[in-house]
Amino acid sequence: MNNFPINKIRDDFPILNSKINNNQLVYFDNAATTQKPKSVIDGISNYYKYYNANIHRGIHTLAEKATEEFEETRSLVKDFIGASSENEIIFTRGTTEGINLISSSLGKFYFNAGDEIIISEMEHHSNIVPWQMIADENKLNLKIINVTGDGEVDMNHFKSLISEKTKLVSIVYISNTLGTINPVKKIIDICSENNILSVIDGAQSSAHKKIDVTNLKCDFYVFSAHKMYGPTGVGVVYGREEILEKMPPYMGGGEMIKDVSFSKTSYNNLPYKFEAGTPNIGDVIGFKEAITYIKNIGINSIENYEISLKKYAEDALKKIDGITIIGTAKDKVGIFSFTTKKVHYYDLGLLLDAKGIALRTGHHCTQPLMDKYSLDGTARLSLAIYNTINEIDYFVESLSKLISK
Amino acid sequence: MNTENIQNEIIENFQILDGDLEMTLNYLMELGEKLELLDEKYKIEENIIKGCQSKVWLTHEVKDGKIFFAGDSNTSITKGLLSLLIKVFSGQSPKDILESKLYFINQTGLCRFIGTQRSNGLEAMENKFKIIALSNK
Repeated sequence: MNNFPINKIRDDFPILNSKINNNQLVYFDNAATTQKPKSVIDGISNYYKYYNANIHRGIHTLAEKATEEFEETRSLVKDFIGASSENEIIFTRGTTEGINLISSSLGKFYFNAGDEIIISEMEHHSNIVPWQMIADENKLNLKIINVTGDGEVDMNHFKSLISEKTKLVSIVYISNTLGTINPVKKIIDICSENNILSVIDGAQSSAHKKIDVTNLKCDFYVFSAHKMYGPTGVGVVYGREEILEKMPPYMGGGEMIKDVSFSKTSYNNLPYKFEAGTPNIGDVIGFKEAITYIKNIGINSIENYEISLKKYAEDALKKIDGITIIGTAKDKVGIFSFTTKKVHYYDLGLLLDAKGIALRTGHHCTQPLMDKYSLDGTARLSLAIYNTINEIDYFVESLSKLISK
Repeated sequence: MNTENIQNEIIENFQILDGDLEMTLNYLMELGEKLELLDEKYKIEENIIKGCQSKVWLTHEVKDGKIFFAGDSNTSITKGLLSLLIKVFSGQSPKDILESKLYFINQTGLCRFIGTQRSNGLEAMENKFKIIALSNK
């Protein structure tokens, strides 16, 4: 923790100097979206200032430069998650669109009526609703893995749900509400043994853990740039090339075609087959800077720093009387959902905002999980690379005062 | 007092807080605490106004052509806001409620503290008062 260049990192994020309600901003809403370093902001700005052009089809210099930067991002993403080819990296608007892309495309050819899809009780709505939609369309059954009181996936229950009809398992790597790190490697292995497709929702994991899809052997891994210090409006679907080749396009339009006539249209190759229309070029290029930023610090040292922050926060929170932490899995990241005996989470959110502390309150888009714990919401603190022990101390002190009144 | 007089009084009371967020929130919570207790029997589904993150119950009775409101919320700050709306609308005729414009939210600066997402709940509350007025016209 001592060697981590925290001061340098904090200087890289201009927004961290902000005053909120006359207090120094303490940003603890990182699971919703992270802040952006100057290099990302400049990357986007430089694209618009110096080489804004549409990509792939242009022959002029600006179009060449924009295409080069855009495709370099793809290449960087490929290396970052350990994919084997750029053909396996599809740009989307975000994790939600990514899951919808997979479900819609598979929904067109992969399932038969009566087939089963397995998800877990801790999924974000984005990893529930798209599957419900195609289950309705294709008369499929959605099976739900139980989550334990501590907030862990019940692996025995998972195994018991698998049948000959199971065609796909879609599960979150790290829960946005509980912080639980799921044993996705084990889950994927079980899927592989049973010839079941595996989809990993990597929205919360990609900035905090080393991701290697080749080692994980998942079929799909989906994530968003904005939760990893990159811009909003950019996400990635990693899909194994062999499967992506078989999948029909998700949307029709420009870029995704090879030849168009009124009698027949043939589709472009991977990954362009899934990227209809002009993509979010500037933000994809901004994402390149975000990945570069993470790589320069090193994902392992980020993980180590965040583990020590998490431990510190966990110990401090446990010492506060009158709060209950929701999600106490053995393996978890620095995401802490909690409720307090005296103060409703909504009041808590507003009162802490008055102290300059940004955290999230509500159901965190995981209503079924809230129902499970008989809650309608929690307050949630979520940590990132630029957070400090001092900030945690300030938060704990402010929270303690509020709930002891 | 008509709804304008009441609103002007509220605006005056808020001036002392000088736009300080923390003091404003504490004041709202104090106002909420002063709100008359709502009997549990009124906390039923049909009396619920659904906000984004808080639950609000609102009930009413009509006496001599005027509507009297009572309510509660599961969050202290929302309860404070509700108490202000009750103060403005309670004891007014349906016609006066329907014709009144709520300007105290802007003039007290409360609108700055209850951003768009949160103000949706407030709008839902105001609508509920007006729907009740409309159905008793």
